[in-house]
Amino acid sequence: MAGIPHDHYEPKTGFEQWLHRRLPIVSLAYDTLMIPTPKNLNWWWIWGIVLAFCLVLQIATGVVLAMHYTPNVDMAFASVEHIMRNVNGGYLLRYLHANGASLFFFAVYVHIFRGLFYGSYKAPREVTWIVGILIFVAMMGTAFMGYVLPWGQMSFWGATVITGLFGAIPGIGPSIQTWLLGGPAVDNATLNRFFSLHYLLPFVIAALVAVHIWAFHTTGNNNPTGVEVRRGSKAEAEKDTLPFWPYFVIKDLFALAVILVVFFAVVGFMPNYLGHPDNYLEANPLSTPAHIVPEWYFLPFYAILRAFTSDVWIVMLTEWITFGIVDAKFFGVIAMFGAIAVMALVPWLDTSNVRSGKYRPMFRWWFYLLIIDFVVLMWCGAMPAEPPYSTISLIGAAYWFAYFLVILPLLGIIEKPLPQPATIEDDFNAHYGAKSHPAE
Amino acid sequence: MRTMVPNRTPQNERKGSIEMLRKIAITAASVLALSGGTVLAAEGGLVEDLAFSFEGPFGKFEENQLQRGLQVYTEVCSACHGMKLVPIRSLADEGGPGLPEDQVRAYAAQFTVTDAETGEDRPATPSDHFPSSSLENAPDLSLMAKARAGFRGPYGTGINQFFRGIGGPEYIYSLLTGYTGEEVEQAGTTFYGNHTFPSGLIAMTPPLSDELITYQDGTEATVQQMAEDVSAFLMWAAEPKMMDRKKAGLVAVLFLSLISVLLYLTNKRIWAPYKGKH
Repeated sequence: MAGIPHDHYEPKTGFEQWLHRRLPIVSLAYDTLMIPTPKNLNWWWIWGIVLAFCLVLQIATGVVLAMHYTPNVDMAFASVEHIMRNVNGGYLLRYLHANGASLFFFAVYVHIFRGLFYGSYKAPREVTWIVGILIFVAMMGTAFMGYVLPWGQMSFWGATVITGLFGAIPGIGPSIQTWLLGGPAVDNATLNRFFSLHYLLPFVIAALVAVHIWAFHTTGNNNPTGVEVRRGSKAEAEKDTLPFWPYFVIKDLFALAVILVVFFAVVGFMPNYLGHPDNYLEANPLSTPAHIVPEWYFLPFYAILRAFTSDVWIVMLTEWITFGIVDAKFFGVIAMFGAIAVMALVPWLDTSNVRSGKYRPMFRWWFYLLIIDFVVLMWCGAMPAEPPYSTISLIGAAYWFAYFLVILPLLGIIEKPLPQPATIEDDFNAHYGAKSHPAE
Repeated sequence: MRTMVPNRTPQNERKGSIEMLRKIAITAASVLALSGGTVLAAEGGLVEDLAFSFEGPFGKFEENQLQRGLQVYTEVCSACHGMKLVPIRSLADEGGPGLPEDQVRAYAAQFTVTDAETGEDRPATPSDHFPSSSLENAPDLSLMAKARAGFRGPYGTGINQFFRGIGGPEYIYSLLTGYTGEEVEQAGTTFYGNHTFPSGLIAMTPPLSDELITYQDGTEATVQQMAEDVSAFLMWAAEPKMMDRKKAGLVAVLFLSLISVLLYLTNKRIWAPYKGKH
């Protein structure tokens, strides 16, 4: 697909020409920053910048925290307290890092649901979407291992439960679990490898983010109408777009600053709000907490994991068909990973050729229901695994799969879409009035 | 759901109506928790709200209260419990108990530690930590005020922590004042009825009684007073940088608010040429 026509970097001075022939790095930066961006992007499009900021924040604070942290079962907990009490600004670094993970996940969920509503996953942006899901999965792995490092009670028991999931795989499961843990149970070997991987994965994420940006800079941004930018000529494209710098950079930075006001209020005034008090107790393999609860951002998937108990008919059926190989525990694990897998497949599950949910009268309501479903699942994940929460979790999990596997494929066939604007310019002018040729 | 007879200090008495609302909120939250099927023994889990000086975005530790709390900790709690993560020198920290250097040295000298290098016993110095628990089953108290959360409301969202803190010190206060007087013998151990401890039965003997200690500043040593002071002290022990943190948070919030306004105006200005008026 041809890119959106726009001005390219012209090396002017002798040095620029010299460098450009050897390494076109200025050209790369120029084209990245000046990319034509649909001018009708709304406020849901600001979360990409927030996510980029989160990644930088987590790496910057994390690198310094790692200088003072000791990955050893006898010293990890005390070394975190050493950071909190003795390291200059250590309490701030740690609270920024811990709450930064929450901001990161909050932003990624809004970003994902933005994409789901406006059809950002549809052709030609499938690769952007898939890479995005890979980033999300890598984030979950990183956050999970990071939560183990303080070596509190929830760290230890969370690690025990989550690595236990791999043990549920028939046959090879226990071997995989032992391999992951570096021994028969969560211990020093586990802590060491989790520390190593927790340091490694963010850089994998950074690389994936570069690919993610590369991909959508190739296709161009989606926009609230889902209508493509006109690419016939540079003049035509300029009616639909404005360069990323300064128009969207400043807009995004404004949004980021507002979000950071809330973020710093949380870090400054209630930094333990999103954490679990039990993690201020040092890990004790002999004492299991009454409720093992993961961090809030894992709760919807945790609820799906726990929803499929052995008394659910589909679980019983599967167990009977597979001669007991897929039991309730393994079924739950498949469901949890499946819930993410169906998201990855959505470009091919959604049969509608209309991108934006704005012009899909039926889709819209199913989508809103999906958001409610996500919140309900999050709430269920925090509750004990007993009635009525188990039933609600099951209904919630069923809707999650139904949305992707049944509703989206069917809607594209039965739904009659609303008329879409002919161009992005029309949409923009309908909102802000025609004044697209400013006096220079 | 039985209502609790609150043990009030004069300081809390003043907060009449707000306190009442809080109480209702707590009761509502407890009812929700109970009807939600959370595993709680009939008599456990009640946490009473107190108005500590260090709550809210501008709250500060009260030096006199921390010093009284230190005295309660030293003369009562430390018989069994330890605080191994807290360096003794931090007693001199500004914003904390703020003891003068010579008093900190004298305080440290009452403990005996085994020197890590020589392997010999010596009197502790301010750079040493508080001793560990001397009784095996007595939990370390360094972080106890953060390891117990009293408040989860409204509706389990926990947003009220913004104004009231996490409720850890309230939990400690409620536990210390929450003995019901009941005693149960189980497998050779005596347990004491307590309306705050989750199971409703706690192995710790009621540690406080009126006039158990004599406060150096002459404050009357009621059970409530000692419980409140030591709870505040343990909050400081768990989060000694709380005031620095709030200050950093406030500066960041103000600075970012200013930046937000400037960026808003910049954004409006650069987009103005492209946005006509209807």
